[in-house]
Amino acid sequence: MKILTANRLTDGEVVWLAKDGSWAESIEPSEIVADKEGEARLEAIGKSAVEQREVVDINLIDIDLVDGKIVPLRLRERIRAAGPTNRTDLGKQASRQGAN
Amino acid sequence: MYRYDEFDHGFVKARVAEFTDQVERRLSGDLSEDEFKPLRLMNGVYLQLHAYMLRIAIPYGTLNSRQLRMLGHIARRYDKGYGHFTTRQNLQFNWPALSDIPAILADLASVEMHAIQTSGNCIRNVTADHFAGAAADEVADPRPYAEILRQWSSVHPEFSYLPRKFKIAVTGAERDRAAIQTHDIGLHLKKDEKGELGFAVYVGGGQGRTPMVAKKIRDFLPERHLLSYATAILRVYNLHGRRDNKYKARIKILVHETGVEEFARQVEAEWDHLRDGELKLPDADIRAIDSYFAPPDLPERPEGDEVVRLGRLDSRSFGEWLDQNVITHKHPDYAAVTISLKGIGEVPGDASAEQMEAVADLAERFAFDEIRVSHEQNLILPHVARADLKAVYDQLVSIGFATPNSNLISDIIACPGLDYCALANARSIIVAQNISKRFASLERQRDIGELKLKISGCINACGHHHVGHIGILGVEKKGAELYQVTLGGSADEHTTVGDIIGRGFGPEEITDAIETVVETYLRVRLDAGEKFLDAYRRVGPAPFKEALYGGEANAA
Ligand code: SF4
Repeated sequence: MKILTANRLTDGEVVWLAKDGSWAESIEPSEIVADKEGEARLEAIGKSAVEQREVVDINLIDIDLVDGKIVPLRLRERIRAAGPTNRTDLGKQASRQGAN
Repeated sequence: MYRYDEFDHGFVKARVAEFTDQVERRLSGDLSEDEFKPLRLMNGVYLQLHAYMLRIAIPYGTLNSRQLRMLGHIARRYDKGYGHFTTRQNLQFNWPALSDIPAILADLASVEMHAIQTSGNCIRNVTADHFAGAAADEVADPRPYAEILRQWSSVHPEFSYLPRKFKIAVTGAERDRAAIQTHDIGLHLKKDEKGELGFAVYVGGGQGRTPMVAKKIRDFLPERHLLSYATAILRVYNLHGRRDNKYKARIKILVHETGVEEFARQVEAEWDHLRDGELKLPDADIRAIDSYFAPPDLPERPEGDEVVRLGRLDSRSFGEWLDQNVITHKHPDYAAVTISLKGIGEVPGDASAEQMEAVADLAERFAFDEIRVSHEQNLILPHVARADLKAVYDQLVSIGFATPNSNLISDIIACPGLDYCALANARSIIVAQNISKRFASLERQRDIGELKLKISGCINACGHHHVGHIGILGVEKKGAELYQVTLGGSADEHTTVGDIIGRGFGPEEITDAIETVVETYLRVRLDAGEKFLDAYRRVGPAPFKEALYGGEANAA
């Protein structure tokens, strides 16, 4: 299974392509694809978003679903989805902390 | 310190205007990412894991308090309240928005700073001994030459698109604190028999995938020939350096493949055409740059001895800090102070906006307005009256910067690694933090003595692991982090590349493995006076392998 990630052009914020077609700041609403066709579709959306100057550096990343939650396979992507592991007050995890 | 002249001001201002326009054109769609990327890199803007990253040049690691305060201001206003000092004596901000970068660069320009040539295949920020101008053992201050090189190499038309990046370091003392032998060009400033200043020239050092110790190609180059000789080296490299393969493009590979004698011959032949031309430095020009670096007027402060003596009696921790973080100055009433950015369990090299401002205040009040950044990711106050050491210490305690661990095992170099860096394979910071906590006891650290531990999160080796007495390299194996240990490296006047000691360790094992290495050293050392590196050089890797891998090592 894969999802599409990128960084927002203006501020570099890590984003993921959501089911509703927007670029979400958290990984949860990501659109998940499970076959080559789906991957090609996401990539095409990503490329057009790069052209539209919404995002840069698009990447399809591998994920698993663990208890219904999206978990990237690579540590690199898990860190992008949360923030630096040594500073839980920074990155995505910081706002989640605030929300709890 | 060096002050911008009209030309410098105009140049940096024009560059800010140019990049501001480029950012605007990128955001409005006139420039594509492919067109913009090389432009942003030329201005120090990277895209990392979480955000953009801005790398700011701190030429030869020298700052004044106004500049450091501005860095604090930028951290607070545009970033997340902190910055990271790097092994190239630079500062990185980890979270700036692209749309804010023009404003940041304008703020930097107002204090004579910029981010030019902190990326790309050009001549990077020239580094120097962080105790330059203060150290009792130096022949002369190396920074004027670093400044001459900076002026010459800034947007140098011939050397802006080299086969690969190019790093130069200068030291002014026999004891090399600038790691010159790990650089593309290393310069050791010294005097010849006649008392004339010049350089021993080293070429082809480097770390990364293929670590190499630089080779000396000239024992003495008179100072007036600095630029003509550097030009000759760069020309030979620019012509013959390998552009076909990124991993073979550094000058170290060219020197290695050509052979050092032949390489030196080519440089000398090229230099023959150049040596008496326009690049020859007139003495008056050198002395004019020198004058910017004239030491501050240091008034006699003989009361220092008594103040220090009483301070020691009064506070044991002050005494420990004096022993570890304060070094002898040229002037007997003064000292140079290392401000440790390596508090136990802290992130090596990180400083908050408040800490930057507090250090700026200290520099202004007690240190003639001078601050240095060391390649070991600490800050230095190069000129402090001994009589003021207690006051400086007390202030440092209040901001958490008084850990007396300079050159001890917790004074770790660590690159940002996988917590920030897009190229990383494994985390570095957390490994540094865990080791630092394991060895938290100062008594234990002092018993272990001088030990330089350096950690990189990938083979690019920004954390200098190859030349750590103990080096740790993070790699990715089957999707997990794995840490390879090297032993016996050093980055001083006897630079060596460490030996890989055996199979790597997982994140949960690496702290124990380092402790095993240290305990082995304590067991094999002749006495407390034999340092880790000396003991390793004497006994070799065998006892360490045995301790780490036991029977497994014999079987392998
Ligand atoms: S060594 Fe690798 S992980 Fe560390 S900062 Fe350099 S490129 Fe990034």
